[in-house]
Amino acid sequence: MMSLTLRIWRQRDRTKKGKMVTYHVTDVSPDMSFLEMLDVLNEKLILDGDDPVAFDHDCREGICGSCGLMINGIAHGPEQATVCQLHMRSFSDGDVLDIEPWRAGGFPVVKDLAVDRSAFDRIISAGGFISAPTGTAPEAHSTPVPKKNSDAAFDAATCIGCGACVAACPNGSAMLFTAAKVSHLGLMPQGQPERDARVLKMVAQQDAEDFGGCSNIGECSAVCPKGISMETISRLNHDLLGALRAGAVPMS
Amino acid sequence: MSCVTVRSPGCHVGTGLTFGLVATVTTQPAQRRAPKTGRFDSSVVKKTVMAVSGIIMILYLLAHMVGNLKAFSGAEAFNSYSGWIRTIGEPALPAQTALWIIRIVLLAAVVLHFWAAISLWRQARRARPVPYVTKKRVQQSFASRTVRWGGLILALFIIWHILDLTLGAVNPVGYDSTPYDRLIASFSNIPITLFYVVSMVLLGLHLRHGIFAATQTLGQTNKRRERAVNGLAYVVAGVITVGFLLVPLSVVFGLID
Repeated sequence: MMSLTLRIWRQRDRTKKGKMVTYHVTDVSPDMSFLEMLDVLNEKLILDGDDPVAFDHDCREGICGSCGLMINGIAHGPEQATVCQLHMRSFSDGDVLDIEPWRAGGFPVVKDLAVDRSAFDRIISAGGFISAPTGTAPEAHSTPVPKKNSDAAFDAATCIGCGACVAACPNGSAMLFTAAKVSHLGLMPQGQPERDARVLKMVAQQDAEDFGGCSNIGECSAVCPKGISMETISRLNHDLLGALRAGAVPMS
Repeated sequence: MSCVTVRSPGCHVGTGLTFGLVATVTTQPAQRRAPKTGRFDSSVVKKTVMAVSGIIMILYLLAHMVGNLKAFSGAEAFNSYSGWIRTIGEPALPAQTALWIIRIVLLAAVVLHFWAAISLWRQARRARPVPYVTKKRVQQSFASRTVRWGGLILALFIIWHILDLTLGAVNPVGYDSTPYDRLIASFSNIPITLFYVVSMVLLGLHLRHGIFAATQTLGQTNKRRERAVNGLAYVVAGVITVGFLLVPLSVVFGLID
């Protein structure tokens, strides 16, 4: 069993100023996930009549993208995985951990460690879709896709939209997220009709949501739980310049 | 009650389930912000302006560096090279035509590079209004981290460099001298030489990150080319830095006088 000192960002709501508050947790099993360790803390806080620490979580199996915490200055903590897949065995007895929410203009704090990531939804709704006819699913082989493209599209599509890329980026840029979404549709034949307009509109929305510009530092990719490559950002840039050369005007 | 946490349909914030208590947070999602539609409002277009103006300046730096090495052929070769730049195309073109074309293109490149940098810097500041209490670096290089402040120092260096060696205004022997005299006078002075050396090292770091970033911004990088692009960045940055340091260090150590 381990004992830890946690310094956690506490903030009542969007309008109040927050601060780091120190807590001690004991009886932490190395087999607990990081979120379970926070559950233990919250149970104690509730028993003591305190306000439990708010944090986002849902599937707890690394696929929903809900959880995300800055742990000791690294998005999702020391392992390249989501916080729910991070286990306390990655830490040592007596560690002092700073736990903060994602920090970005586009991610206002809702409460404590929970941030509003609806900016990502708005980037998606700006162009992260294809116009497919509804009805019966078409025969899978009716539209051949080169293996190389389907692999690259799949790699990009593994993005779960957790926001760690924004949190880790010194510029607070959401370009890795935007690039993953632009790439995974732009590499497929089904994504071609809107390809030019998509990249223009999604990049314009990411800029409008108070995210920064990419300066190719690579912190995003290094903390991405799905290992999305910086190559996707190059592909986004390539698509955007191609769209401008083709004289594409985003349809509204 | 509308329960909007951002991504989780179940909207669980914190726990307390054990006790039948669920801490919930009710909030309205932020308003959709209207994107700007101007071509030059796009951060990627600003980066492209930065990349293209940077490439123009790198090409100039390579030519400038080769020209500097004329100092090893002696005062006469160096001064006549300097005179040649002012007479390229004569008598078909008026004196200094080529020189002024180069100057105007370079000035435009510097101004555009600076505009893009300041604009993206401001965007990055808006994007992180509250800083982290603790933030660690996972992968960033020293070169990528210092590219903005390094760029500002380089801008100051360029101003000083023109005042010193082109205009002679801050040069120990003044304007009424040959280019070669000004070169020797400047680099016989240790503080001036140190500033020059520090600036060239910063230039090397700036280029090491800038060349990779420009390739990425122009959409020419991928996993397969990553090593080659990084290699190119190191080689060009190294050649330019060493090439520019050869002349001043040779003056300091008495190989040129």
